[in-house]
Amino acid sequence: MTEIVTAVPCLETQDLCRFFGPVRVTGDVNFTLHPGERRALIGPNGAGKTTFLNLLSGRLAPSSGKILLDGLDITQTSEVRRIKMGIGRTFQITSLFPKLTARQNVYLAVAECEGIAGAFFRPAFSHAPQMERADELLHRVGLSDVAEIAAEELPYGRQRLLEIAVALALRPKILLLDEPAAGIPTAESHVILDILETLPKEIAVCLIDHDMDLVFRFAQTITVLVQGTVFVEGTPAEIAADERVRKVYLGEGGHDGHAAA
Amino acid sequence: MNQQPASITLPVPVRRRTALTALHAIPWAVALGVYALFPGYEPLATQMFVMILFALSLDLLVGYAGIVTLGHAGLFGTGAYTAGILAAHGFNDPIATALCGMGAAALVGLLFGSCMLRTKGLALLMLSMASAFLLYELANKATGWTGGDDGLQGISFGPVLGLFEFDFRGRTAFFYTLGVLFLAFLFVRTLINSPFGWSLRGIRENDRRMGAIGCPIYQRRLTAYVIAAALAGLAGALQAQATQFVALHVLSFELSGDVLVMLILGGSGHLYGAFLGVPLFMFAQDLLAKQDPTNWQLGQGIILIGMVLFAPGGMMGIGRRLMAAVRRRARP
Amino acid sequence: MLTTTVTILFFGIAYGMVLYLISVGLSVTMGLMGFINLAHGVFAMLGGYATVTLMNQFGLPFFLSLAIACLLVTVAGFVLERTLYCRLYGRSELDQVLFSIGLIFASMALVRMAWGPLAQPVQLPAYLKGQTTIGPYELPSYRLALVVFGAAVISGLWLTFERTLFGARIRAAVDNGAMAQAIGINTNRLFALTFGLGTGLAALGGGLGADILAIVPAYPLQHIVYFMIVVAVGGLGSIRGPFIAALAIGLADTACQYLVPEMGAVFVFALVFALLLWRPNGIISRR
Repeated sequence: MTEIVTAVPCLETQDLCRFFGPVRVTGDVNFTLHPGERRALIGPNGAGKTTFLNLLSGRLAPSSGKILLDGLDITQTSEVRRIKMGIGRTFQITSLFPKLTARQNVYLAVAECEGIAGAFFRPAFSHAPQMERADELLHRVGLSDVAEIAAEELPYGRQRLLEIAVALALRPKILLLDEPAAGIPTAESHVILDILETLPKEIAVCLIDHDMDLVFRFAQTITVLVQGTVFVEGTPAEIAADERVRKVYLGEGGHDGHAAA
Repeated sequence: MNQQPASITLPVPVRRRTALTALHAIPWAVALGVYALFPGYEPLATQMFVMILFALSLDLLVGYAGIVTLGHAGLFGTGAYTAGILAAHGFNDPIATALCGMGAAALVGLLFGSCMLRTKGLALLMLSMASAFLLYELANKATGWTGGDDGLQGISFGPVLGLFEFDFRGRTAFFYTLGVLFLAFLFVRTLINSPFGWSLRGIRENDRRMGAIGCPIYQRRLTAYVIAAALAGLAGALQAQATQFVALHVLSFELSGDVLVMLILGGSGHLYGAFLGVPLFMFAQDLLAKQDPTNWQLGQGIILIGMVLFAPGGMMGIGRRLMAAVRRRARP
Repeated sequence: MLTTTVTILFFGIAYGMVLYLISVGLSVTMGLMGFINLAHGVFAMLGGYATVTLMNQFGLPFFLSLAIACLLVTVAGFVLERTLYCRLYGRSELDQVLFSIGLIFASMALVRMAWGPLAQPVQLPAYLKGQTTIGPYELPSYRLALVVFGAAVISGLWLTFERTLFGARIRAAVDNGAMAQAIGINTNRLFALTFGLGTGLAALGGGLGADILAIVPAYPLQHIVYFMIVVAVGGLGSIRGPFIAALAIGLADTACQYLVPEMGAVFVFALVFALLLWRPNGIISRR
């Protein structure tokens, strides 16, 4: 599982720092992600995992350091541009269009991705290729049966799936998932894993989650963040065997998945 | 959960919404019915058509793009004064001046919108209000152009299409404004059913998420604002042409408030809200203000408070809930 | 005689004081409850009507009438908050705007029915009518009293806000309502009390400024843009921000009227536009 096909990273950070006032929430992070890689980012609450994801996706600007996408400096690139360049993400707290149906949710992202969303004069739902793609994405995450139900009326677990479908609609090369299984009973988190396993092989996925079962089964490499810095990085087996990680993170036990700053 | 039937193509009930059913003909049939059955009411009906167009343009912002503005009269007034001033200087072809009014309002909308839409919440609300007050003061002081407090009097417009003179009974104005409203309605309907229209709804529902799927939000909202501005300007120009008069009231805060109330009374975000709200508002106004305008003001206040507290969604909202109740009854 | 500069400064500050008294309560309540209340001017108007009526009908002295008016409106504000406003917390911006516009219309109509359409005459006491000499300047006593009285109220307000437990509670709730509630602050009561006090201050401003802002039924609509501007430019939930904003608006408006009457308030609105673009959350924002 550890061999990586290409040696060139698709996403790289160099000495990335972010301060909130005097507090350093991300410190000198050097991180690389390779095409097709399955990576998990773990760490105790407040380790700065979500902040780091926000820096990668462009929601937050770093205080110093660089972010490279396929070797290109994107540190100053806006969130919107980064999405077009292939960085997709989901949110820790579900962020959908509550009154719109599942299909409309996905359609909006498809339309935006394919550059037809600014069109004035064609009826939206007559665009056959886009509609087909939206339906196909819904099918992939197992939501075809609720395509016409408003997002806010879906059970929470299915909203998480819809969130993944929306992110996939943007044809990401890199997919950042912020706690996709948050709020889903552990017994059902395998559904998320099943879907993650059907993702196209060439997409690099970086996931944050507190569900260790999910993390260890999904990831090829695990990065442990502690107080904003990379504590250790390695294969699941290495991480599981690492005494220090046990101490700072696993040893604390019972992290059932709540907000990390 | 993951085991779905292989068929991906589902029935598409969304289609139904865009299809033109018999219901859609009702407002237009009523309009023509008024003409046939109630002669003498053409001027009132004309006034309603103008306000419906105005409210429709506001619906694009409030109902679809989620931009609450308290300065929409600024754009209406820009259109009215543009048409009026042109006519006062001898350029009085109705369609050409209406287009000029549209253009001027779109330009003003672009100018103010490009500033306003960088903000949100209270700042946006206040900027919209300040923009209209700014225009009002400008018009109030530029008496040489606008006639100031006295308004722009004694303007007249040439025949529509060079054929139909504006007549004393207001028949030309009736058909002219109805025709323009119909075209504008078709335009707005196309717009809100387009991918652009859906992306506006997305922004209204969750602008952060919309940003995260790569939507250039500011640009989209500004486009919507300029389109709404052009339509409001068109309504203003029609008003100037139909009444042959432009007063400062067309730029006032009261008018901005009134049109918002008309729209909300009908129901925003429904396309037909304006068609319900405007007549309702104007009939109620006519009824209550007959003895004393104060009664109407009180009525309007109570209606607004009551509606916000007890009937959100306006008439369309009430209708929708009734329909849902009937449907539930009908089911075994 | 006064030089133009002194006149503008003095009249501008007096006007700014009235604007501040009326708007400061709005700033705090809007910061506290997140409620866009366009109808705040209604309470200033009611304060004005109550003051004038108490003086003219019951022959009470000016300042006593003012105090009673202030008290009456505080109670009215408290009751309105508990019965109507509190139902709309957390509702959409649009709903709050519509509700407060409705309140404006209804109150304007009721006031017109009760007092008629004409402006209420204000009989200022003799000691406020003439001029007072200070150094080389002869200043109109009424406006001088406005400035002095306004400054006193503002100092008191500052002390309350910064030094008392009540003030600390308000500041805590503005900063983080959920947290304030979690540490045991009764936010419902706090909201109602603050709302009542805010409306009381507005009434004070309305009564005190009755000679500057005429007491007519259209009052809440005529001046709405100024009250809202002071809050938006000053910053929500702040005591200092609206003070700076009110003085700036008062001075700018007075200066425009004296120096470029042919342009009216155009410059003021342009200024506001620029200020809000520069700092969309107001010059002093707590958040």
